[in-house]
Amino acid sequence: MNELLLVSILSGAILSGTPLLYATLSEVIGERAGIINLGLEGVMLVGAVVGFATTVKTGNHALGIAAAALAGALFNMIFAFMVISRRANQLASGLALMFCGVGLSALIGAPFIGSRIEGLAVIRIPLLSDAPFFGRAFFQYDILVYLAIPTAVVLWWFLFRTRWGLGLRAVGENPTAAYAAGKHPLLLQYQVLFIAGLLGGIAGAHLSLALAHTWAEWMTAGRGFFAVALVIFAKWNPLRAIAGALLFGGAISLQLQMQARGVPVSSFILDMLPYVLSLTVLALWGGARRSAVPGSLGRVFQGTE
Amino acid sequence: MNPTPFLSFRGITKSFPAVLANDRVDFDMYGGEIHALLGENGAGKSTLMKILYGFYRADAGEIRVHGKPTDIRSPRDARRHRIGMVFQDFILIPALTVAENIALFLPDLPFVLDRALICKRIEEISERYSLRVDPGAPVWQLSVGERQKVELLKLLMADTQILILDEPTRSLAPHEAAGLFRVLDNLRRDGFAVTVITHKIREVLECADRITVMRRGKIAGTLPCADATQNALVSLMFGKAIAESPQRRCETPAGEAVPFLQLKGVSTRPEGTGMGLKAISLTVGSREIVGVAGVSGNGQRELGDVVLGMEKCSLGTKVLGGADATHWSVARVRSSGTAFIPEDPLGMAAFPWLSVQENMAMANTSRYARHGGASMDWVSVRSDLQASLERLGFSIPPVYVPLGTLSGGNIQRMILAREMAHDPRLIIAFYPTRGLDVQSAVAAREVLLASRDAGAGILLISEDLDELFTLSDRLVVMLRGEIVAAGTPQNLTIEEVGYLMTGLKGEGAKSGYSSGGGGDVSA
Amino acid sequence: MDTAAGVAEMFRHKRVTAMIRFGGLFGLALVVFALVLLVFGQNPLRAYVDIFRATLGSVYGFSEVLVKMIPLVLTALAVAIPSRIWLINVGGEGQLFIGALFATWGAITFNDQSCWLLLPLIAILGFMGGGLWALISGVMRARGWASETISTLLMNYVAILLVSFFVFGPWKDPESANYPQSAPFPDAAILPFFPGSRVHLGALLAIAGLLIFHFVMSRTRWGLEMRAIGINAEAARRNGISTYRYMLLVMFIGGGLAGLAGMGEVSAIHGQLRPSLSPGLGYTGFLISWITMGNPLGIVAAAFLISIITAGGDILQMTHRIPAAAIHILMALVLFVVLARSTGGRGRK
Repeated sequence: MNELLLVSILSGAILSGTPLLYATLSEVIGERAGIINLGLEGVMLVGAVVGFATTVKTGNHALGIAAAALAGALFNMIFAFMVISRRANQLASGLALMFCGVGLSALIGAPFIGSRIEGLAVIRIPLLSDAPFFGRAFFQYDILVYLAIPTAVVLWWFLFRTRWGLGLRAVGENPTAAYAAGKHPLLLQYQVLFIAGLLGGIAGAHLSLALAHTWAEWMTAGRGFFAVALVIFAKWNPLRAIAGALLFGGAISLQLQMQARGVPVSSFILDMLPYVLSLTVLALWGGARRSAVPGSLGRVFQGTE
Repeated sequence: MNPTPFLSFRGITKSFPAVLANDRVDFDMYGGEIHALLGENGAGKSTLMKILYGFYRADAGEIRVHGKPTDIRSPRDARRHRIGMVFQDFILIPALTVAENIALFLPDLPFVLDRALICKRIEEISERYSLRVDPGAPVWQLSVGERQKVELLKLLMADTQILILDEPTRSLAPHEAAGLFRVLDNLRRDGFAVTVITHKIREVLECADRITVMRRGKIAGTLPCADATQNALVSLMFGKAIAESPQRRCETPAGEAVPFLQLKGVSTRPEGTGMGLKAISLTVGSREIVGVAGVSGNGQRELGDVVLGMEKCSLGTKVLGGADATHWSVARVRSSGTAFIPEDPLGMAAFPWLSVQENMAMANTSRYARHGGASMDWVSVRSDLQASLERLGFSIPPVYVPLGTLSGGNIQRMILAREMAHDPRLIIAFYPTRGLDVQSAVAAREVLLASRDAGAGILLISEDLDELFTLSDRLVVMLRGEIVAAGTPQNLTIEEVGYLMTGLKGEGAKSGYSSGGGGDVSA
Repeated sequence: MDTAAGVAEMFRHKRVTAMIRFGGLFGLALVVFALVLLVFGQNPLRAYVDIFRATLGSVYGFSEVLVKMIPLVLTALAVAIPSRIWLINVGGEGQLFIGALFATWGAITFNDQSCWLLLPLIAILGFMGGGLWALISGVMRARGWASETISTLLMNYVAILLVSFFVFGPWKDPESANYPQSAPFPDAAILPFFPGSRVHLGALLAIAGLLIFHFVMSRTRWGLEMRAIGINAEAARRNGISTYRYMLLVMFIGGGLAGLAGMGEVSAIHGQLRPSLSPGLGYTGFLISWITMGNPLGIVAAAFLISIITAGGDILQMTHRIPAAAIHILMALVLFVVLARSTGGRGRK
């Protein structure tokens, strides 16, 4: 009995944590380049609905994931244009993107409400998936879950071991210095926001294709914002983000478990848990951010005369 | 000297909304030569070099690299032509390591960074030119002298041929500057074309092969070092032979018995990459100027902030005018008679979009508030402003216009007038003449001396050792948040203070450049 | 330009450009909304004519416009006041709900008191509720932990859940079967109306808010200090102004005004607390404040125009057929246009 509970919490943590990890990674690389995107919620929603719609129409999950990623990236380009080329305030532009994403996804998803699909196939690994405890806890997931941690590692490697990542970090710390070193801050920022959009779209796709197997308006329920808080917790490091996403996913999973088992706490109070947790994370780690935050986060590169 | 200059400016003209920065400038740089560009602040030297580096576009004229006309649109272009520049405010990224900062700059690295290889290359070049630094150290841990080394390393490793250094000795102690000149000497020997931009005549006489003087955007003349004398250069710089004589400093009788400002064992907690103060004990009495010498970044800003009340003392006490002010708010400190002239008055003390009179009121809004804050007594504001300006001998600007529409010099005068308006008993002055042309600098120093004679105590923080020695009655030296020495201009020499500033005397800790031999001392 | 007349000229010029800008924006929004109407099978021109006739053509119609304006002005002020020191308050929605929550508590608990006691009480409670809710974010910002943008946003969701909790749970109206709502307010707790319309006393609060805002910003010491913080916070601190205190103050007052909006809605319009209390009033207020850059006259004008569309749409039962999604997209588009045009100087965190 206890083992069953433990397994369901763990697997819940991993399942809930996966879209959170992709979303957090999306925000991490953007913020490393100096751009904070509050509209991640909207990007995820667009990814979720496009992925779902594509899968319904074509019956092909892989195509759905690809479409979701691409849709997320293109959608994020609107934001990129606003904050990079038009030098608009990043926080307000992110909010606008969020509203747009909520509305656009509702519009696109209207005809698909209520449709159900088969979820993303669970991939079984020959020996590991059948192992008594670990098998069920760690090795019975879909492809996106398995790819999540490798994605984090790859992103870490890109950020810290390649020239492109170095330039990106420089832009996020001091775009003038990066410019003087011969980099193109604006181009780099566009590139990173495109990739961030891909990741956000994938995060949304996992929600609709693997977790819910359906589409509902505003199904992200604030996960885009949780990711913004998690970035601070992770100190802008993709590897730490893994831990953060797992912990948060665990909290969400715990809340769902409690609701499912009829724990006598109002479901409304339980639903508050992730938001309150985010606020707590912000309050506790927010002070420490002063030393780890990319030096130029939120500022606009004015270019030269 | 080679017949073809590595670099030539011909007829470069550049103007900004308020000023003609460069007026048909011609300038050449030859390989194997140190060419100094001399001029006072505001003469247009930095603008010229920023055009070269691609930050600005010239309105007219051309640049020739090895004789061929070239169009430089961005720093990338400049680098492609093997031009490198060390700016006044280094453009290193503090959060990244030395190796990363250098790698950022190298154009030909593979996509995947090979850190060991980069470190090896760094060590080779730093050996050759005596520029030793630890490649793995994050830049925020380095001293100013060390950061400058990194900047030079960066350029050398990027295969630069033409080097420009903008005010390189601004934050260096005298012995560090000497070390820098030795490095430049090595570069000249190896055929680099080096230009040093500076306003310090003494240095130029020490190190340059040729000296070109700029004045108000135009080239005033060029002298080879054999013909260059102090007087010749001064007359080119100013158009007349005024000797840059130190200002008069008369002995004034001591003030009151109890010093106005007393800091006893004050410590603060470091914030982020800032410096924490450690057990600072300092007094400033009336009718005296206490100079604080130190390389910028060793706690001066924190010292000023803690006196003003912007930073909290984690240990120790602060006494102002006899009262325990350790926990006073900024407002209370100011109303006790403390004035504050920050490093960058425009950025740190001015409100460009508020009108001149509103700026005046900001120093002490409670003084001018009526009806509990529901209205402001603008008449008093204006009359106080007028009185203060008259006392200082400044002209009176229009009071209703936004402060930002005034010229830079007028803004600084306005801030000065505001701070001095109510006979402050303590003045904290940060780098008061930095970036000012000679006339304004002289005026600012006169104001400080006049205030001192009128009874105020002044805490003067400056990097300009000449200025400190001229103006101060007493001196302290700060290093890494502590006061490491105290004395007077009489019993200390400038060289000694230079060593103390960089920790070479007494503690033998990290330093930038050293004074002995070809190698350098590092911890 | 060294005379007061010269400066006045400069400001007049600014006002004219601001009006042109606002007019252009609104024209654009009208065009986009027309397209939206088209997509959903309505004739835009016909629709606009009908709307204007319904709202401006009759006293009742006009009064409905005013009714809609009241909460919008208040929520816009809730954003405008903090924006003077560059704080971005997106939490109007949540602050509104908590204000309504506090007011409901007062109405239910003291339901036997006279209206002379009860009305001021629920007004104060409404203000306190919204103010305290916003203050939480204000503290987080003032202490440097989190940007108020994200914390107020998160608090919105918590607020709505909290209200749902009460309305589905402890405060559920026993007589209303399955509808989630609180017990109806006693008559004494319902804001009085101007005869013949639904325009309630909240209008006076909105007007007072606007006037006080304008007066404080332009004449008083506090307004001067706030403007100084907005221009150069570091310099303001060096001059002895406590940015910490002002951050708390503006968030509290802004949230309080949104809370008053919530009180007005729950007391006068609905008569009981429901989760459907606010059709995004907080966010609309945010939009209004951003379009008009927090200018009081602009807020009135924008609230007026938006209320014409929504009131007219309600009267003609057109807006029912347009999904909320379209409204979201419209809001986003207007915001995009506003943001894309304001460059330089606005490049702030």
